[in-house]
Amino acid sequence: MGTMTAGGKTVEVDEEGYLVNINDWNRDIAVELAKSENVEMTDSHWEVIDFLREYYNEYQIAPAVRVLTKAIGKKLGPEKGNSKYLYELFPYGPAKQACKIGGLPKPTGCI
Amino acid sequence: MAAAKFDTPNMREYPSIPALQPDATAHLKSFLAAPEHNSFLGFPDELVENWQEKAIEKMGDLLGKYRGFRVFMDACVKCGSCTDKCHYFQGTSDPKNMPVARQDLLRSVYRRHFTLAGKFFPWLVGARDLTREVLDEWYSYFHQCSQCRRCSVFCPYGIDTAEVSMAAREIMDSIGYGQKYCNEILGKVQKVGNNLGLPGPALEATLEEFAEEISDETGCDVKIPLDVEGADVLLITPSADFFAEPHIDGLMGYAKVFHAAGVSWTLSTYASEAANFSMFIGSYSNMKKVAERIRKAAIDLKVKRIIVGECGHAWRVAYSFWNTLTGVGSGADDPYAIQLQKQLDHSYPIPQHICEFTWDQIQQGKLTFDKSQNDHRTVTFHDSCNVARATRMGTEAGGQFDIPRNVIKAVCNNYVDMDPDTIREVTYCCGGGGGLLTDDLMELRVKGALPRMEALKKVINEDKVNAMAAICAICKAQFTKVMPYYGIPMDTIVSLHQLVKDAIILPGQGEEEAEPAAEATE
Repeated sequence: MGTMTAGGKTVEVDEEGYLVNINDWNRDIAVELAKSENVEMTDSHWEVIDFLREYYNEYQIAPAVRVLTKAIGKKLGPEKGNSKYLYELFPYGPAKQACKIGGLPKPTGCI
Repeated sequence: MAAAKFDTPNMREYPSIPALQPDATAHLKSFLAAPEHNSFLGFPDELVENWQEKAIEKMGDLLGKYRGFRVFMDACVKCGSCTDKCHYFQGTSDPKNMPVARQDLLRSVYRRHFTLAGKFFPWLVGARDLTREVLDEWYSYFHQCSQCRRCSVFCPYGIDTAEVSMAAREIMDSIGYGQKYCNEILGKVQKVGNNLGLPGPALEATLEEFAEEISDETGCDVKIPLDVEGADVLLITPSADFFAEPHIDGLMGYAKVFHAAGVSWTLSTYASEAANFSMFIGSYSNMKKVAERIRKAAIDLKVKRIIVGECGHAWRVAYSFWNTLTGVGSGADDPYAIQLQKQLDHSYPIPQHICEFTWDQIQQGKLTFDKSQNDHRTVTFHDSCNVARATRMGTEAGGQFDIPRNVIKAVCNNYVDMDPDTIREVTYCCGGGGGLLTDDLMELRVKGALPRMEALKKVINEDKVNAMAAICAICKAQFTKVMPYYGIPMDTIVSLHQLVKDAIILPGQGEEEAEPAAEATE
């Protein structure tokens, strides 16, 4: 276990850098988490992160990649509703990397 | 993921034995399980104080319980046949990744404590004490074995390194030294019902979206049923099929096959996972608990058949262990097992693999395909290790190799096999099996994929292959991640039933456009 600091707030992270407590999340923390992943946050990134967090609040889990791409496609236009677009934003994979930046637990399993 | 830097191995023109680099991957140490992960599974929270004593005691216990384990400890004659057969050895050049050397990590301690010569003349027989250094070596190198059993095919004595590695992990768990990836997931499957930790309402919403997608595409009302009591078939599939690409397309393929075949089926929220990682850590008690969830779902939903989706090690657990663990298949004699035995329809295989089911439907002429829908693909097939070397499909020897290929050839016009030294019973592991599909072992995963990547690259170059089908969730996730390291696009890996999905024509599909007038008058 370790900690990270952003915007004057110090929070606990696990050995892989995911927030231990999802309520610790805020936008400053997200920017800092993104930096550790070499991701520079743009409006397009925030759109995905906001959707992830909304979905998580409803279902207590991140959405399946297909659910995410369809939702993004509906909201932002079909040219963005594909996993290629999401991989461009989050090169390590939208599921794990976007969850980490969004302060959500890491999805586990054969994924 | 800000992972440590490492070099992707160069592809070799001809597979050759690498020049040894001692301790090349000695630094790899998968994350340790947290105390709460361990205790939930019945293991000590963390490394116990008298761990040496307890580990030896556990080893003695396993030697008494599993005769094979004792034979494997005694039988090796150091012939060297296995040395170059392991993908991790080929990819890492670390001599401790030679199967014989991996076994010797445990064998040396076995000799010290359980053989006469080792007790009195340890220096003569390569026996050593269980020191902290040895324990850490165990932890590192027994998490560099994917338990794929390729080496055992070449061993003249049939020594099974997978069994040795399972025993080593069992010993380590028993002293509170378990691995995070496996143990955390084994907790989730027992608390939530699947490895992902996907709760019921999320599963339901996800499946609805997938069904909607199929219906939109085909114009047919295709369902992905959940918790339907009285369905004929209970489908047990890896939860990655609900979450990841290309797994999801495989799930949609199963749904279309069931729909076209007119067989009623259901998934279960309570048992929404085929995977049973207990096998990876050699834990019989946890394996039984996870398998019993499937039995409970089958009894509650009153199904007649149990079919297993595309998951490699799950098919091994289902094929080889479910019978005596739970009564899915004969062998168990507790009341619930007997009840389930009476409930299931014995005119079908118990359990049945989804590829067997689809192939059976194809042979009966119940499915219609437009193979040209896959004409943009030239397909090859990656045999998953557990399916290839620990199970069978159908009634003929080698069915586990032929049936998946038969299904692919029934839905695709362009199919080629990879090098015969890399497929069927001598297939190479994807590099992520056996509980190693975790980000903290990315270096090992990339390096261990080398032999498969070489064989794939060859058919890409020579035969224009652009799709490699697999029937294992781990293989699919592993290849998606590691192929880009070798310059191969990640979407080259596809689910076998994704190919089926793209070619199948559902009953009534395409007819609705022809009859707009009839609809309008109703």
